[in-house]
Amino acid sequence: MSSLLRLKSPITTIAGSILLVLLGLVPVFAMLLDDPFMLTLFTRIVIMAIAAVSLNLILGYGGMVSFGHAAYIGVGGYAIGILAHHGITEAWIQWPVALIGSALVALLIGLLSLRTKGIFFIMLTLALAQLVYYLGNGAYAYGGDDGLTILQRTDFGGLLDLNDKETLYYLCWVLLVIVLWLTYRVVNSRFGMVLQGAKSNDRRMATLGFPVFRYRLTAFVISGTICGLAGILTATYTDFISPAMMHWTRSGDLIVMVVLGGMGSLFGPLFGAVTFLMLEEILSSWTEYWKIVFGPILLLVVLFARGGIDGAMVRGAAGYALTGLITLFLIYVVHYLWYDDWIPAAVVLAGAAAAILAIWYRQRREAVAIASAGGDHA
Amino acid sequence: MTPRFITRSLFFFMTLLLIEQFLNGLQIGLLLFLLAAGLTLVFGIMDLVNLAHGSLYMMGAFFAATLTEWTGSFLLGALLALPATALLGIVVEVIALRNLYTRDHLDHVLATFGLILFFNELARILFGVGGMAIPLPDSLLTHFEVLPGLPYPTYRFLIIVVGLLCAVFLYVLVQKTRLGMLIRAGATNREMVGALGIDIKLLFTLVFGLGAALAALAGLMAAPITTVQIGMGDNILILALVVIVIGGIGSIRGAFIAAVMIGLVDTMGRAFLPNMLGTVLSPADAGTVAEALSSMLIYILMSGVLVLRPAGLFPAPGR
Repeated sequence: MSSLLRLKSPITTIAGSILLVLLGLVPVFAMLLDDPFMLTLFTRIVIMAIAAVSLNLILGYGGMVSFGHAAYIGVGGYAIGILAHHGITEAWIQWPVALIGSALVALLIGLLSLRTKGIFFIMLTLALAQLVYYLGNGAYAYGGDDGLTILQRTDFGGLLDLNDKETLYYLCWVLLVIVLWLTYRVVNSRFGMVLQGAKSNDRRMATLGFPVFRYRLTAFVISGTICGLAGILTATYTDFISPAMMHWTRSGDLIVMVVLGGMGSLFGPLFGAVTFLMLEEILSSWTEYWKIVFGPILLLVVLFARGGIDGAMVRGAAGYALTGLITLFLIYVVHYLWYDDWIPAAVVLAGAAAAILAIWYRQRREAVAIASAGGDHA
Repeated sequence: MTPRFITRSLFFFMTLLLIEQFLNGLQIGLLLFLLAAGLTLVFGIMDLVNLAHGSLYMMGAFFAATLTEWTGSFLLGALLALPATALLGIVVEVIALRNLYTRDHLDHVLATFGLILFFNELARILFGVGGMAIPLPDSLLTHFEVLPGLPYPTYRFLIIVVGLLCAVFLYVLVQKTRLGMLIRAGATNREMVGALGIDIKLLFTLVFGLGAALAALAGLMAAPITTVQIGMGDNILILALVVIVIGGIGSIRGAFIAAVMIGLVDTMGRAFLPNMLGTVLSPADAGTVAEALSSMLIYILMSGVLVLRPAGLFPAPGR
């Protein structure tokens, strides 16, 4: 199924827009529920969504499985942290330095890794990201592996006060909307067409006269820069940088978010980030050992629900997926009213299991239908 | 004392130090080889990227620690942990991974990433957060003289011996036996092997079990030197991946050479960089930087190899 079709399928766009609006209303919910923690959680969700959207640009549309995207989060974050450490907090210095830094690192990593394909590309992006990770570990002047606390947040003059939680949240949210819009424009431009063409058959694109390597490299750098933006925001809202933010498992988390949501779909990574982090939040409030539930869920998604949430919506299991997602959000709110209660978590788990089973059943039926249709032709 | 004598003895001590560090590097390299051999077998034959291989390494170490506690003997614990982990690997293969062979690498990465999360939590529940230690019997706590004037811990030497024996075992298994012939044939063209009437499913399951046992062997051999803890497989897994990518996916010989190479680079870096950096930095800072630098050296090495030879040093035929 072409990614264009997915982009234009109204159901995903509607669900994505609803989710974006709901996310925009989070500070209101937080105020109504008098729960400041909710805002912190959703700041994280929105920031990770930006990172996931950036990864989707090359993974979903370009077919480049970067297993080292956390490196750019690190570069963006370290740029802010290091400048703040030296007393430079002006936004007009910090942000450009961080963004250009991420772009340069992405350019270097892309130049080296894009020469390879398939599993070697995955491993090379991983290895180069590990290099950046150990660079952070060895940066003893900036805390080594203990990390560095940022004492003063970025100074936007009188324009924005980032110490205000709601201002910071809305900054992240607006940036997410901008990044989504930007991705939409890039993907539907001539550039985006070439990128998607190269994903399905790069030899064909090369034969048509497109310098595929350069197109891919450009996309790689754009993606890295946007991910650097997520790094800037991460450092700002945690007031802390450490090599842990670019550990390889963080890159794994990002891939999970993209695939869980649906690769090559505009809103896919947004669904993925929200689902991933909310599942984490709900499951971890349910049991300390939440990953023992989350790991198998991930396995089930890979085994039975390919195409992720977005794919499920397009394939017609929209009912399950859409209700699932919005219920997840509502249940989360309800969960706060019944604080410390296990019922909502159990409901979510049962729901997730039911949805996965339903999607699997549907795929089975479709596969059978396709097989028998193929038999007729033969 | 003549100056000549001083330089001579200095040279002598430097040589001893070098040999000792060489042995350390060899030992780490061979541990890596044990881990990487299973990974490259599975990768080469089933074309499966198994990130959960590090989890099998960890589970093997935990099994060995628990069984050593129960039986009171390290040898018995180790011998029992190997089939236990192989069985665990077979169960994982049959339940989860068997259905993934026809999928692309991204699906492998995701599914086995999920398995890592699962196993880390499982270990936390079963064995506790604190980790475990495997006490060595007294007979292995000794030193013995490798060369006159160069005592070396017996246990570390044992690791080298076991690693080399395993390398020989794998060489004979892969090159000289019928099973090895099937493995090589499967790596080249699995459809054809299946078409010739070989039970490919069974072969794959067996190879996966063998890989799991090798991972467990690496884990339990490493355990007495480090400790058995949650996530111990996560970082060494990346190193093992680096090894098989440098060596060429599916090539045992490549994995052996790359593993020893990486072991040596890492150890030499850790041993000699602090002194070199010590001339410009304070000792504590030099230590931090040296550790990061020698870790970075490995990834620089890998990037260099891949840029020059995109399929690794010894690409398996037919891939």
